[in-house]
Amino acid sequence: MSNHEEAFENAITVKKRPKKPSALSAASTFAWRALLRIRYVPEQLFDVTVFPIIFLLMFTYLFGGAISGSTGEYLDFVLPGILVMTVAMITMYTGLDLNKDIEKGVFDRFRSLPIWRPAVLVGALSVDAVRYLIASTIMITLGYILGFRPEAGFGGVVLGVALLLFFSFSLSWIWTMLGIIVRTEKALMAMSMMILFPLTFLSSVFVDPTTMPNWLQKFVDINPITFVVDAVRGLIHGTDAIGDIMMVIYISIGLILVFGTLTMYFFKNKE
Amino acid sequence: MDHKQITYAVEANNLVKTFGKERAVDGISLNVPKGIVYGFLGPNGAGKTTTIRMLATLLQPSEGHAKVMGYDLVQEADSVRQSISLTGQFASVDEELSGRENLIFIGRLVGFSKKDAKTRADELLKAFKLEDAAKRQVKKYSGGMRRRIDIAASIVTSPDLLFLDEPTTGLDPRSRNQVWDIVRALVKNGTTVFLTTQYLEEADQLADLIGVIDQGKLIAEGTSKELKASIGAGSLTVHFDDVTELEKAKEIFEQQLNHFAEANLREISLTVPIKEHAKAAKAIGELANNDVQIKDFSMSQPSLDEVFLTLTGKLPESEGDELHEQS
Repeated sequence: MSNHEEAFENAITVKKRPKKPSALSAASTFAWRALLRIRYVPEQLFDVTVFPIIFLLMFTYLFGGAISGSTGEYLDFVLPGILVMTVAMITMYTGLDLNKDIEKGVFDRFRSLPIWRPAVLVGALSVDAVRYLIASTIMITLGYILGFRPEAGFGGVVLGVALLLFFSFSLSWIWTMLGIIVRTEKALMAMSMMILFPLTFLSSVFVDPTTMPNWLQKFVDINPITFVVDAVRGLIHGTDAIGDIMMVIYISIGLILVFGTLTMYFFKNKE
Repeated sequence: MDHKQITYAVEANNLVKTFGKERAVDGISLNVPKGIVYGFLGPNGAGKTTTIRMLATLLQPSEGHAKVMGYDLVQEADSVRQSISLTGQFASVDEELSGRENLIFIGRLVGFSKKDAKTRADELLKAFKLEDAAKRQVKKYSGGMRRRIDIAASIVTSPDLLFLDEPTTGLDPRSRNQVWDIVRALVKNGTTVFLTTQYLEEADQLADLIGVIDQGKLIAEGTSKELKASIGAGSLTVHFDDVTELEKAKEIFEQQLNHFAEANLREISLTVPIKEHAKAAKAIGELANNDVQIKDFSMSQPSLDEVFLTLTGKLPESEGDELHEQS
């Protein structure tokens, strides 16, 4: 028997299945995969590095003078808002990645494995949380250079970012659900934009809602992004925002319960 | 895990899958004995992939039920997943990762420790002659290498039942032979293989039992020998130097073989289906007896088209037609 034949026989002789991995182990394996993919395609980090820089510079210098009279003052107000907007925007890439897995076929293999099924998504989402953290760090650092000063200091920034990451993780379940049920990447992109644009712009990200017409204020006041922006702004600048913070926590848990459940339903019943 | 004492790897009872109004799988019942290669033969769009996806727990049957390795497809889906592996028609590995990373990844997901997953990955890479490509991204692999890494990923732990969806479609003959060798070796080691194919030759070479599927229905089942016997031995094609000879031969053939002989005037050839090889020899002999001059002749194996022609009375729809219908 040749060397190769022997290796072949050896490799295909019955290998017992080890004990099924724990949920945590399965999820971290998927996280490992997501990290490897970033290593091969570093351009994937474009959205979390370049977006924050462009958004911050663009909106600060475009609106600063008009809205607050000076860019310096506006920066303190708008940075927490743009931070929320940017991270909320890049959450949609989670859905696009998942959609690509389905289109390519590798999703079928995941679904035919005896693993804790949400691991596929939880693993990817936890790496996404790292991406959001990168985006937040870049934006806050650039802001600091431009003159942004958080009144609640470093601790406030950390708490604000932590709350934002939790909300973003929760929001991602909308995209994972859409990623599974929407057929093409293009349609998914369009749909995500359609949801995100009004949500982020018609909020307290850029201006104080009291300057808006009454009917618009009504929408802005119930827009979840407004709560997130107000909560993060409160944490960063040390103003009282406990009501907003609690609201963000409720909204996040609600998003996970509703869209997490729907995602897993469609995951199981994907046709 | 406990191994049930079972005779059949797959027992499907009247499986139906509807997509809207379309009945993609329309009442399929089949029994696949343990330890064999079952070949699921049919043209594009016949319902092969849909059936495999149901049996691999990826799709819920609309009607009917099935047991895979003794477990109910719907009630005991997780136990089914413990016993099977699926190599889909398209990528069933992550193209962005290297071959080795893919195998380690699957190894971790089936429960190996990091160290064992790496050992197992290297073992498989060596066995499948992919050592040199181990660190290359799968998207840079050739078609044959792709197939091998796909299959390697499916046997990181030995499945009791392996589903292969069109494992050799689009492969060159050498790569195809490699895949066939792998399948044979797996079966020798006790794995049951359920494969779909569009090629009669593949079913012929590999499958112990063949099911022919068309428009969502199982229209014939048997060993390759049985199926072939039902459709004759193939066809005989004779080339001539001129058309007058062809016309003389056509008359003789139709008399001898009792079947319409199809003439191709551009190539000056005649083609006629043959039930037994001996009859073909006799017909050729009869041409010589009547002084008909022939240029050459050849016998061809029965093709999938002929199986279909015989079983359904029509040619299978080609891919082009299907696309046309959908648009």
